[in-house]
Amino acid sequence: MLDLQNLRKAFGPHLAVADLSFNLGKGEVLGFLGQNGAGKSTTMRMVAGVLEPDAGDAIIAGQSVVTDRRAAQAQIGYLPEGAPLYRDMTPITFLRFMADAHGLTRGDRKNAVERVVADARIANVAGKPISALSKGYRRRVGLAAALIHDPPVLLLDEPTDGLDPIQKRAVRALVARMAPEKAIVISTHTLEEVPAMCSRVIVIDQGHVVADQTPDELSARQPGGLEEAFIALADSREVSA
Amino acid sequence: MSGIDWTGTLTGLRAAWRREISAYFATPLAYVFVAIFLLVLGVFTWDLSRFFDTGAADLGPFFYWHPWLFMLFMPALAMRLWSEEVNQGTAELILSLPVSLPGLVIGKLLAAWTVAAFALLLTFPWWIAVNILGPADNAAIALTYLMSLIMAGAYLAIGAAVSALTRSAVLAFVSGVLVAFLLTAAGWPIVTGAVAEVLGANAGDAIAQFSFLTHFETAQRGVLELRGVLFFLGFIGLCVALNTLFVSHRRGGAQ
Repeated sequence: MLDLQNLRKAFGPHLAVADLSFNLGKGEVLGFLGQNGAGKSTTMRMVAGVLEPDAGDAIIAGQSVVTDRRAAQAQIGYLPEGAPLYRDMTPITFLRFMADAHGLTRGDRKNAVERVVADARIANVAGKPISALSKGYRRRVGLAAALIHDPPVLLLDEPTDGLDPIQKRAVRALVARMAPEKAIVISTHTLEEVPAMCSRVIVIDQGHVVADQTPDELSARQPGGLEEAFIALADSREVSA
Repeated sequence: MSGIDWTGTLTGLRAAWRREISAYFATPLAYVFVAIFLLVLGVFTWDLSRFFDTGAADLGPFFYWHPWLFMLFMPALAMRLWSEEVNQGTAELILSLPVSLPGLVIGKLLAAWTVAAFALLLTFPWWIAVNILGPADNAAIALTYLMSLIMAGAYLAIGAAVSALTRSAVLAFVSGVLVAFLLTAAGWPIVTGAVAEVLGANAGDAIAQFSFLTHFETAQRGVLELRGVLFFLGFIGLCVALNTLFVSHRRGGAQ
């Protein structure tokens, strides 16, 4: 479903992502971990077609983001970091805009909007201005927008950031429901989300993959569990650097 | 080469047009813009040009102010088209959509152009007034209106392209007005006269050919010159290309 091939991106002298490669199959939920500045969001942006890689490629459901960006982007649902939305719109008008942008016909658009409003549980705020919504609801509207065209690959950048425990549980349940039919990448630095949602973990540091395991395997690396294992990986890179 | 991506262009154009029209009319922006435009144009035509004192059934005093007012009002209408996308972070969202960038650029421009057309439409009482004053050349007036609308598109295209260079709507407005002023004043007799005096008559004429004022003046006489129409449409095309380039530059990592 998703095949990253030697992705590389530099901003001036700073190498953000260095020859990053991994692949992800249908039914896998990948926890994409790393410290702030490790290159997670840059990788997500390249896969989503927002940033052009300096080298390498991302093949999404058979489509190259480098040679046929539009076809590749049609296969992706992307929730950017911070879930940016048009605040002057309501969730319903925003979702219609997203459906239009994905080329859905009028009939399909209506069904798709109803489906994602139900999935993201935003029916009670669907007619309110987005500017009046809480951070948690905004994130759920962003999630609904990412699902509007029912893509096979989902890229979710910090999907539970700012949500209360009940909302987090709802997002986890939604991810679990979608997981069998999709490949899902969840970029996060909230480690508690990993065992709750992910079947696999990749840790990156300074643009390199430093671990690629199941959450249980990664937790077993250190007596303190996942958090200790994550810190140990980050420390080892800092020492070797 | 795969050629022009018509499907992606039309999908992006339609989605962006709907989104921007919704943004203009969901907030007081379009209404305030139209109201102030009509008020200022009315005051200038009535008071400064002494429209009714001339006693002629001619809309010349009304059209005279269009380039000068468009120079200020159109950048105001276009200033947030792209700057706000960057400022609010939604640029990342729209760049992830499976649509072509020129489609988005044209869709946004057309939405602003629609609001400008709406404002021009609401100046119809002046057209009625001139017909009450006496027999008016309505065909010539219609042609001048058409040219005014095309010229408004050119001013908007400047504002939209400039707004893609910054995250500040205010900076986009000021820069847009500056560029628009240069392209307007280049045909002003004071400027062309000064240039002709320093660099020769040919230089004055050459500079005037790049001015919106020069090409609109022909239309004000009731003559629709193909050269003038091509000038404005070509200019809009150039600005759309630059706008697309400025936005696509962000894919390379520009912040």
